[in-house]
Amino acid sequence: MAGKNIIEKIWEKHIVHEEKGKPDLLYIDLHLVHEVTSPQAFEGLRLKGRKVRRPDLTYATMDHNVPTRERHIVRDQIAKLQMDTLKKNCGEFNVELSDIHHPDQGIVHVIGPELGLTQPGKTIVCGDSHTSTHGAFGALAFGIGTSEVEHVLATQTLWQSKPKTMQVEVSGELGFGVSAKDVILHIITAYGVGFGTGYVIEFTGDVIRNLTMEERMTVCNMSIEAGAKAGLISPDEVTFDYLEGREHLPKHKSYEELKAEWISLQSDHDAVYDDHITIKGEDIEPHVTWGTNPGMGAGISSSVPHPEDFQDPSDQEGTERALRYMGLEAGMPIEDIEVDYVFIGSCTNSRLSDLRAAAEVVKGHKVNTEVTALVVPGSFKVKQAAEAEGLHDIFKEAGFEWREAGCSMCLAMNDDIVPPGKRCASTSNRNFEGRQGNGSRTHLLSPAMAAAAAVTGKLTDVRRLKAATIS
Amino acid sequence: MAINHLEGKVFPLQRDNVDTDQIIPKQFLKRIERKGFGKFLFYHWRFEDDGKTLREDFQLDTPQYNDAEFLLGGKNFGCGSSREHAPWSLQDFGFKVVIAKSFADIFYNNCLKNGILPIRLPENTVDALFKNEKKAESYRIEVSLESQVLCDSEGLIASFEVDPYWKTMLMKGLDEIDLTMHYGEKIETYEKQNEVSVLGI
Repeated sequence: MAGKNIIEKIWEKHIVHEEKGKPDLLYIDLHLVHEVTSPQAFEGLRLKGRKVRRPDLTYATMDHNVPTRERHIVRDQIAKLQMDTLKKNCGEFNVELSDIHHPDQGIVHVIGPELGLTQPGKTIVCGDSHTSTHGAFGALAFGIGTSEVEHVLATQTLWQSKPKTMQVEVSGELGFGVSAKDVILHIITAYGVGFGTGYVIEFTGDVIRNLTMEERMTVCNMSIEAGAKAGLISPDEVTFDYLEGREHLPKHKSYEELKAEWISLQSDHDAVYDDHITIKGEDIEPHVTWGTNPGMGAGISSSVPHPEDFQDPSDQEGTERALRYMGLEAGMPIEDIEVDYVFIGSCTNSRLSDLRAAAEVVKGHKVNTEVTALVVPGSFKVKQAAEAEGLHDIFKEAGFEWREAGCSMCLAMNDDIVPPGKRCASTSNRNFEGRQGNGSRTHLLSPAMAAAAAVTGKLTDVRRLKAATIS
Repeated sequence: MAINHLEGKVFPLQRDNVDTDQIIPKQFLKRIERKGFGKFLFYHWRFEDDGKTLREDFQLDTPQYNDAEFLLGGKNFGCGSSREHAPWSLQDFGFKVVIAKSFADIFYNNCLKNGILPIRLPENTVDALFKNEKKAESYRIEVSLESQVLCDSEGLIASFEVDPYWKTMLMKGLDEIDLTMHYGEKIETYEKQNEVSVLGI
């Protein structure tokens, strides 16, 4: 009999009830909550006189619409009401909350791992599609809608049909100046924004094994942009080293015992999957998007495509539409694209190593005079750690704005908005029309590439800047 | 609310990868109610930047379509953000059924939980529906959830799949949480047997 993959192992461990003709009733180990997708769920509980079944497995923070400067003044009264509502709901239902003034506050997908709430083998949900981030630890983590948030609050379970499994193997090694963000953008460009629909992806292969935890989070974070329900990585020593000593690890077991449990979750060597993709690390170059979904991307050394480069008429139409929205000429070199804004942040790329990678490129340079650039750390703790090693000084001296933690310009629910027609090089995860502000034009890329764009004012191959620094 | 037999006008949206940011832009996610999102549906595709003037290249507000109950879409409909505000806004506008070549998972689930019927059909069938919609004077689609059959006013008939669990839930209009509450003992037993980790929260 074939072995099992980690997805099957976690799934089977969490079945509360199974019955032919029905989805499985799955137990949820950790429920993360934020201000935007929870108010209607709490209201639903209230209307039916229900309680939160396991407040001790529920954790809330504010991130989506918090201000990233002048922290204490929330000018947007509707946003303020939403934050106040979360505070009231958490108080009423006894859920722990890291509010805007709390030292643990940050983007929900940054603080979960930081606090050790995220652990291998857990089922983790949140009313946010980028919950797939937590899969980096070997957890089965996926985004849910508000009705499901209410269901988990009330029952700590969800009815779920067993997903298909896909192995995405990234073999070999990455070239100089190529990052985890380039890996995931490359995969989505190669296979499209829908290839993961109906699947949970396990990322495997030497390239993945050699990534740090923070880099693995970047990869898993964007699984949803491939349409996948979740993306995960079998836990290993890298995972265990990261988690050791974190605040919320179980106290009733030794770390050795926990590690032994977690190791047993790894996919068996003879595990089988419903589908399999292999990508060579050597084929990946620094990557940017040119269009209006994360699959519309290309290597930095290439050109903006022509609609007729695509076979499918609907892809041709989509490309034409995207080029019009983005204000780009087919055939122009990607490195000729000038940017007005640079945003370094979001649940994809706002952790300490991301800020270090950007600072390394920025050091000794100035932000181009035509560019507005900001760095928004993913959490208060990331901000503190970055300041302790002087990264904020490097950014500020170069001309970047240095902000407080939040989702910020990734989705522009607060004041951090890209104006209509303006172009932003962004380390976030979505380049949809209007994502960063009505009429805004987004190019997704890695922190180092974003830093390079800030310096030159154009999309730029960071390898050239880096090589110049080394020589 | 229970649903079974549905019939109505059809709004065609012949684009792939329609994401939930387009269905309902982020500036409208700050509300704490479930109702009232219909006027913000497809906001930046419907309105010019002033938020009032209708855009000429989007037909949703024309008399032909403004009371449509069926939305006809392309591939990967509803991708992106998990915001349930997307089906809330579709429903508030009056849509009861979304037909597409394929759906993003979270959006598909969010529809079911709100009593909107998402119907996945083969690409050539959806293309035929688009074609029929274009040529017919007063085009309509009719759906029976019970028999899992769809037909249009041009005589096209297609059957569709729906998970039996969700078919029952939709046809009876059941509350999923009420249903799960019946499994309370099993949930308790699971918690005892698995010593669900204490997070120390």
